[in-house]
Amino acid sequence: MGPPTRDEAERCPGGVSLEVATPAIETAEKTRAEVDLPWNVVVHNDPVNLMSYVTMVFQRVFGYAREKAEKHMLEVHHNGRSILWSGVREHAELYVQQLHGYLLLATLEHVA
Amino acid sequence: MEICRHKDALEIRELDPFLAELLRQVPTSTETKDAPAAQQRLFSAPAAESANEFREEWRLYVEPELRKLFQSTAETVRHDLEQLRCTKKPFANCSLRIPLAHADAWLNTLNQARLVIATKYNFSESDLSDHYRSPFGSRRDLALFQVNFYGFLQEFILREMDQTPGA
Repeated sequence: MGPPTRDEAERCPGGVSLEVATPAIETAEKTRAEVDLPWNVVVHNDPVNLMSYVTMVFQRVFGYAREKAEKHMLEVHHNGRSILWSGVREHAELYVQQLHGYLLLATLEHVA
Repeated sequence: MEICRHKDALEIRELDPFLAELLRQVPTSTETKDAPAAQQRLFSAPAAESANEFREEWRLYVEPELRKLFQSTAETVRHDLEQLRCTKKPFANCSLRIPLAHADAWLNTLNQARLVIATKYNFSESDLSDHYRSPFGSRRDLALFQVNFYGFLQEFILREMDQTPGA
């Protein structure tokens, strides 16, 4: 015997309605994104790459303003690495791929 | 040597034969045959070793695309260099015109060349900051000069692109 239908539940006021709302697709996607977070796109220092070149790449790949791109470039230069972006894995992978196209040392890292 | 922007191109004039020869060597300097460390640098790992599956997928699907990109930019540079004009007199100066539309290809190929040379010679950060070393001391000194000369060209191209709306 299956669960009561909506009609059966309505016909039986003392009974328990088992009607479950169908989850919206948007909700499912959001949940998946939340599970995926955070994946970091990390750029590592390489003394061969010019500072001006690295800044230009950050502006192009991430659409950052020059000031923000320079801030990250200096972080890479002084600290050896900088987290350029955090978010869902698919996007992070694409960013890493673009950065490798510009020959930057970039990695994908999952913060456990 | 003079380098300037002229309409939709970058022009390098009064290039002496020594610098002209270094320019001609840009495409071949990107080759990593018999240089596994340089090969490893151009195709560096996209994640920690623990991410085995991702690294394997990357090797299968992304690396061939990167290889194509690097070869294509080097081919553009090689083509531009065929226009490197020198007067017929021996030791005369040369000129080169780089269309601005090829600026990205030049930036990429110059960077490949710099990375490959620097890896082959294991240049440190302090080596790379030494802009005053004569190129004629040893093969290593010449390679360092080459890396810095290519870097100078990159800086110039970047500066000109920065002044070009929509570049």
